[in-house]
Amino acid sequence: MAGVVTHRAHPVSDLSRFENNPATREPPWVKRLILGLALSFFAVFLLLPLFAVFAEALRKGWDTYRVVLTDSDALAAIQLTLLAAAISVPLNLVFGVAAAWSVAKFDFRGKQWLVTFIDLPFSVSPVVAGLIYVLMFGAQGWFGPWLREHDVKIIFAVPGIVLATIFVTFPFIARELIPLMQAQGREEEEAAVVLGARGWQVFWMVTLPNIKWGLLYGVILCNARAMGEFGAVSVVSGKIRGQTNTMPLQVEILYNEYNFAAAFAMASLLALLALATLVLKSWIEHASRRDYAPVPEGRGKV
Amino acid sequence: MSIEVKNIRKSFGNFVALDGVSLDFPSGELVALLGPSGCGKTTLLRVIAGLEQADEGTVLLEGEDASGTHARERRVGFVFQHYALFRHMTVFDNVAFGMRVKPRRERPNEAAVRRKVTELLELVQLDWLADRFPSQLSGGQRQRIALARALAVEPRVLLLDEPFGALDAKVRKELRRWLRRLHDDLHITSIFVTHDQEEALEVADRVVLMDHGHVEQVGSPEEVYRHPATAFVYGFLGSVNFFHGRVDEGSVRVGDDHLGASGGDVAHGAEVVAFARPYELDIVTGSDATGGVAAKVTRVLSFGVTARVELDGINGSAGQHFEVELTRERALELNLTEGQEVRLVPSRLRVFERSVVVAAGVGVPQ
Amino acid sequence: MAAKRRLRVLPGFGLSLGYTFTYLSLIVLVPLAAVFIKTSSLSMLEFWNVVTTPRVVASYKLSFGASLAAAGINTVFGLMLAWALVRYTFPGKKLVDALIDLPFALPTAVAGIALTALYAKNGWLGQYLEPMGIKIAFGPWGVLVALVFIGVPFVVRTVQPILEDLDTEFEEASASLGADRLQTFWIVVLPIIFPALLTGFALAFARAVGEYGSVIFIAGNIPMVSEITPLMIITKLEQYDYVGATAIAAVMLVFSFILLLIINGLQAWTARRTGREV
Repeated sequence: MAGVVTHRAHPVSDLSRFENNPATREPPWVKRLILGLALSFFAVFLLLPLFAVFAEALRKGWDTYRVVLTDSDALAAIQLTLLAAAISVPLNLVFGVAAAWSVAKFDFRGKQWLVTFIDLPFSVSPVVAGLIYVLMFGAQGWFGPWLREHDVKIIFAVPGIVLATIFVTFPFIARELIPLMQAQGREEEEAAVVLGARGWQVFWMVTLPNIKWGLLYGVILCNARAMGEFGAVSVVSGKIRGQTNTMPLQVEILYNEYNFAAAFAMASLLALLALATLVLKSWIEHASRRDYAPVPEGRGKV
Repeated sequence: MSIEVKNIRKSFGNFVALDGVSLDFPSGELVALLGPSGCGKTTLLRVIAGLEQADEGTVLLEGEDASGTHARERRVGFVFQHYALFRHMTVFDNVAFGMRVKPRRERPNEAAVRRKVTELLELVQLDWLADRFPSQLSGGQRQRIALARALAVEPRVLLLDEPFGALDAKVRKELRRWLRRLHDDLHITSIFVTHDQEEALEVADRVVLMDHGHVEQVGSPEEVYRHPATAFVYGFLGSVNFFHGRVDEGSVRVGDDHLGASGGDVAHGAEVVAFARPYELDIVTGSDATGGVAAKVTRVLSFGVTARVELDGINGSAGQHFEVELTRERALELNLTEGQEVRLVPSRLRVFERSVVVAAGVGVPQ
Repeated sequence: MAAKRRLRVLPGFGLSLGYTFTYLSLIVLVPLAAVFIKTSSLSMLEFWNVVTTPRVVASYKLSFGASLAAAGINTVFGLMLAWALVRYTFPGKKLVDALIDLPFALPTAVAGIALTALYAKNGWLGQYLEPMGIKIAFGPWGVLVALVFIGVPFVVRTVQPILEDLDTEFEEASASLGADRLQTFWIVVLPIIFPALLTGFALAFARAVGEYGSVIFIAGNIPMVSEITPLMIITKLEQYDYVGATAIAAVMLVFSFILLLIINGLQAWTARRTGREV
């Protein structure tokens, strides 16, 4: 349900306008109270867990990393995580662009339902997301017998992991692009068509440059979730070491074996991924704000 | 190129935007589509461009049915209301776009593109802005770049949607004159949409007045202004005074007063609204005056070249408000004071049946 | 007369909509339908018995109760955080703003073990809390803590843009008419941001109900005490009770559909109330 993280391209106005305005300013003690409570909450619930990951990982020194990162099971888990993301993100990217194009640039009946259905995977529990593929492709599932006959393994194998990952990251890019492309309207594309542009020219030359930041934003959020998904993947993985364990599943196994240092070392890699995601996200927000910022009065005048 | 639309109908859901519109746009003219918002003028423009498909009717471009021709193939230049400049491209690339997207065998080489773009930017007098991005331009500059971009593909016809709508008053006036001059130089058939009567009357060769998806009148600015064909046109163009009354033996009767003019071909006894422009009314003072409608002066504004007098109706026309435009000399001669009771005598009057006026949504019929 | 060919101005309608619909059906709609088709192999009575065993009912109570409480806590503190981020300047503000989204970016399993490490008996916080008789890890309170963590961004990110767009004129008018700050907040500001606040609450709640990864490490998973509903599905699956797992999944799915529709309605309300897209 990360549906609320749509990137904010509109410029943030001067914030001191609130603090310097007697009508929008709280008494100092109220301000201190709100700030104090809000930041304490932030520190306890967000900062501390983040620190804890790295502190626990380094408890036995950097050596843990060397041991963990040379372990063949760990390497296999990293590879599988990268593979799952490398397949699911591009697929959802293509889907997101197609969905946003049809929703934002055309009118058709049932559009609102389509948008609601695209949101569905966000509101489905990851565990249920895993379960549905077990029901389809598991030994007892609809295609189970057929798959066994043809010696194809989906559940407790890589394809199942990829499918579950696609499901949980399904709406990310579409959700980002639909409101963006709706807000941008159709005039530029119509102008391109009237000027003679055809099919893909309209998309590549006019639409894509306009949505690049939103697209990138959706991709990095989609990627973070794809690499970090736990619930859905744990249902379909079967947790076979070295074969069907992703990084988050490897964390769980190490943790349940009381190998805390190793578990946290692996976890800290994922936490670094999260931090990188947040840095990129802030950078994109900054960059898109700069791109869409209105030019100061006077500069454009004759 | 000549354009002809025949019996065009278009609705969006329950809303009828165009209700059987037929029009003829002769080659080389600059035509204004004028009407209030929601009258269907922009829809008609988009139908001609092929951006919207009519439910019924045909568009003929140079006598040829264009219904099966995609917007891309129609070779129309379209200037969007908000310009729709490609915001990630420079001014130069915007103008060059139409040439660069041509199929390879028709595409001019880069040197030819450069020449043409420079030429067009000189035409719109903005060649010094070639490297800017649209966000770095003022509204008036964007407007002219949008026009240059539309002209780059050598369109057979130029369509402009509210070309001055998003500009402030001063720039508007300038651009208006500029567009007129440009049209006189290029002589390309042009249609522009506007809701501003002054704009339409000043710029266009011909004006098409539209309301509720219908064409109300077509004519030269002079024609539509001097001889409005319908109550709607009368009310929409310029200010107007309404006299609510009844036809009585060939003349219009407001309460006990007789407006001197004839009721035209309206049947005896019918409820009518008589229209007169402010300059078509004269004020008569003195207790012996009898013609016209009694009214009381509420305000005299005499700072301009002409004097404006505001009046409230009394007796039969009580509750109605009037506005009269007099020459300065006439105003001085009358020497009106506020509260003075006078009579209004129309020199010209148009009489419409009340039901027609109500249907046209003009004025405030009681 | 020849049939009129439908000309769309912009290209690719058939392709994009066709692809969207096919992909959506294959990945989402058909597999989700499988849950209901599988469930329909049970009679009504069997279904009822499966989804109302005491252990499952206890899990509903915990999942719903803790999710409601977590969403409530996030609404209060989320509003304060959004307020502070929009209205105040303070050192480290950019960092705080960026880290608000940490729960979206941090894999849930990582959050789970980190929270457990913090609140366990010998953890950074647990070592002070447990002597005071407050036991958080390995019990229902642990579930609550995990659900608060994953729900932090929702309220902040739905309320923040509304607050940013809020014209100061409203508050200036209110102040000039003699209202004090608290009155202005209750009567002027709160009604404007209320739909967004409620949307954030509903989003946090919906996410919390389905959450699995961050909870199972810290919950202790004691039957009847600290088992969440998604865990019941996993438990049934591990016992190869596919029908039982699917029945519970069906209950959860119906619930999420209803929540999704409510959230859509709330977002439409927010958009109407504030005149902007959310």
